[in-house]
Amino acid sequence: MSELSLDFFSVLDEIPIGICLINKQREILFINQALEALTGFSRLQCEGLPCSHVLRFNKCFENCPVAKAGARERCVQEGDIINQDHQKIPVRVSFSPVPGLNGDVSAYMETVEDLRQVRNFDPERIHPFSFGRIIGRSEQMEKIFKILPVVAQSDAPVLITGQTGTGKDLLAEAIHHASTRVKAPLVTFRCGALPEPFAESELFGLEKDAFPGAEKKAGKFRLAQNGTLFLAEVCDLSPSLQTKLLNYLYEKTVYPVGGARSIPADVRIIAASSRNLDQLAQEGSFLKELYFRLNAISLHLPPLKDRSGDLRLLLDHFLHARASLLNKTIAGFTDSCLRKLEEYTYPGNVLELRNIVEYAVNLSQGDRIGIRDLPAYLTENFEDLEPSMLAAASRPSSPDGETGGALEWSELERKMIVNALLKANGRRNKAAELLGWGRSTLWRKMKQHGIVSGSGAGHE
Amino acid sequence: MSRVLLALEGNDIAPRFDLAPEVLILSSGEDGQPGESKDLVLARPSAETLCHVVAAENIETVVCGGIEDEYLQYLEWKKVRVIHSVIGNAESVLEHLRDGTLKSGDILLKRRDA
Repeated sequence: MSELSLDFFSVLDEIPIGICLINKQREILFINQALEALTGFSRLQCEGLPCSHVLRFNKCFENCPVAKAGARERCVQEGDIINQDHQKIPVRVSFSPVPGLNGDVSAYMETVEDLRQVRNFDPERIHPFSFGRIIGRSEQMEKIFKILPVVAQSDAPVLITGQTGTGKDLLAEAIHHASTRVKAPLVTFRCGALPEPFAESELFGLEKDAFPGAEKKAGKFRLAQNGTLFLAEVCDLSPSLQTKLLNYLYEKTVYPVGGARSIPADVRIIAASSRNLDQLAQEGSFLKELYFRLNAISLHLPPLKDRSGDLRLLLDHFLHARASLLNKTIAGFTDSCLRKLEEYTYPGNVLELRNIVEYAVNLSQGDRIGIRDLPAYLTENFEDLEPSMLAAASRPSSPDGETGGALEWSELERKMIVNALLKANGRRNKAAELLGWGRSTLWRKMKQHGIVSGSGAGHE
Repeated sequence: MSRVLLALEGNDIAPRFDLAPEVLILSSGEDGQPGESKDLVLARPSAETLCHVVAAENIETVVCGGIEDEYLQYLEWKKVRVIHSVIGNAESVLEHLRDGTLKSGDILLKRRDA
């Protein structure tokens, strides 16, 4: 590697595709900044390690080109990696031998392309009344669709507000994909998911030995370098993290936990909140200055009940998407079922609507969705439920008696789970299938809603 | 009695939990002395198969490489301690386990200067 000057590596750092140089023993010589962001490994951590331990590319274990004797040809493979954030990411890896001065292969270069954006682009999912993966033709949604291209081209922070289930994350995704930052990552951070000390290092990074045993961590800002950082439920950030975020918006640098040196970060911030940030700022629980900075561009997603004309469009969209996935031929809804669905107010908004349709499609045996296929909480009283299930279904999800869309949706979701369990005679695999979820999703949600006791956790 | 599962590829911790072709299951008594050990070769490695093995064998600690969030959450929910993102061979991992010093993200492989 001595013939390569330091400038060459700086050039590699500027390339927005992951690049890795390895020797003939398949040990890592160098990874660029984009690959650091993709894998979550720092350059220092992975130097000298076998590349399969860092890339964790599934094809490494089936068909490693270097393992083949005399690998001198360029080859391209598609597969997936698992990064340090436990995400499975679809990638395309191209592999090329690098000749030395004598013409023999002296090293290999791998370029790793993140395919998440490409995979999300499915021509069958393109809808005439849509932007990205958001669908709607109501006046309110059309207004949003009209300004989105302008919003996407700006680099100012965006604040998205709206009730739970209105699609704030999809809107952030659509803005990122329509922006000039599309080649770089969109990184999501759920602000209320972690206690403060963990949240700080997860967001801003961690220096090695910041505290005894601490390992260096890149942090979400670094992972989103040149891309977009989506802060979901920004209202849940602690006051000290609000100050650090405000500091970033002024200085465009971040201070990792335990580090004295600031690190420049070029990241666009999109924040979302289902609570009224203006009110929180007035009450003093959210920094006013941060609110004003985030509110540079403000987008509000209306609740589904106010989106006149969108309900039918969304019902048909989710019906066809689910039916096609399950290879079912379902032409539509019966008239009475449609009336029932149109009368309902959807406190959980589009998310609830989608869950209801997916549940009904899973359950339906005929060529039309009928009332009998809908979750029982839409059509029945809960008189016939077992007492223990009823208790689980009616238990308030928050001890402080908080009200609002999030709480109502949470209760409805719990009822849907209970209903599916009853229909499946307690068989969780079947209930997960009815709900259109993976088994582990159902287990996680049952735990979240307190439907399952610890002792029952291991049952099928 | 404590039961530990190491997700292996050859003599090393497998880089990916879902692709680990082999597992080593070790038991130790309350006095910390090693008990029985079992080596399982998986015909079709998958994260679901491994989760099943973990549940069926009453494993308390899993040591693995990269693991997808879904399976990490599932195992932790089942009260299994998961020491993930470990890079190293079985011998050095077991040594650190015995010392009580093994933690997620540990890199125990000796490397040559790059």
